[in-house]
Amino acid sequence: MSEIYVITSGKGGVGKTTTTANLGMGLAMRGKKVVLVDTDTGLRNLDLLLGLENRIMYDLIDVTEGRVPYKKALVRHKKYENLFLLPTSQVKDKNAVNPEQLVKLCEELRQEFDYILIDCPAGIEQGFKTAIAAADVAIVVTMPEISAVRDADKIIGELGRADKENIKLIVNRIRPQMVQSGDMLDMDDINDILSLECIGQVPDDEMVVTSTNRGEPCVALSGSQAGQAYRNIVGRILGEPIPFMTFQKEGILARLKRIFSL
Amino acid sequence: MMEALMKIFGKKEPSGKVARNRLKVVLVHDRINISPEIMENMRNDIVKVISKYVDIDMNAMEMSLANDDDSVALVANIPVSRMKHDKGGLK
Repeated sequence: MSEIYVITSGKGGVGKTTTTANLGMGLAMRGKKVVLVDTDTGLRNLDLLLGLENRIMYDLIDVTEGRVPYKKALVRHKKYENLFLLPTSQVKDKNAVNPEQLVKLCEELRQEFDYILIDCPAGIEQGFKTAIAAADVAIVVTMPEISAVRDADKIIGELGRADKENIKLIVNRIRPQMVQSGDMLDMDDINDILSLECIGQVPDDEMVVTSTNRGEPCVALSGSQAGQAYRNIVGRILGEPIPFMTFQKEGILARLKRIFSL
Repeated sequence: MMEALMKIFGKKEPSGKVARNRLKVVLVHDRINISPEIMENMRNDIVKVISKYVDIDMNAMEMSLANDDDSVALVANIPVSRMKHDKGGLK
């Protein structure tokens, strides 16, 4: 039984591609056969995050336009051999693929893969509509910041209009210190505002930057907090009841202590 | 109590809470994004129904969407000029 996930956000720069790379690799580490489809045509980056940028021969557009079968365009990961990338074109634009083509391709991919993860472009235009067309589940990535949450709400509305009912939320780049001092929205705030089921909160972690530099997603690094958060999300996707990491809000006593500098 | 204490010590409301409150308000607006055309159609349909039972003053009628903290209400003020005494709506 294979499942198609789209990773989307509305706003750019909240971590869609990072999330796609980490969840994909995390699922592959758990023995699932996974393909990551980059639909951010013209601004492709998923290849870089996975360290596969030098091994691309064909791309998504070659496949949807019928020049090559999809198997020829797939790039296999060096270390995790059941992880594959279907890269997109860096020279074409978002209109090069339409929803029907992507749906057809995903139905073919279903025959072979356990999980198909689609990395969606930012925005709510055609590229977004194409990316979500085939998805069974949408993962909305947001950050604890008003503009990102507002855009997430807009995207959730658009997903509803496209009859995508299975929507999950990931809150990315939480800074526990700021949450503790009451200066950052926490997961519960965002859950409440968006009335959506959250499947993970990922702390802001310098190792996300260093692992991206190396093209090795942090989900594989045992010492990374963000990596642990991604491993937890992977577990939840596989149906395991994993408790959320807790970043406690400051209680009244702690706050009074701080006010009086005790 | 927290608010009172914070006032005493001159502490501002935590910005996370400010963000939460601002978001709640802005999302209520974002979500009820009804076009003027739909609003006009709705107005005409409501008038049609009510006119079956009472005569109304169309010019003095007011209708709008109003925000009340975290909910939205359709508020209409429809002055009635005369009741219809026949079996309104059935004929």
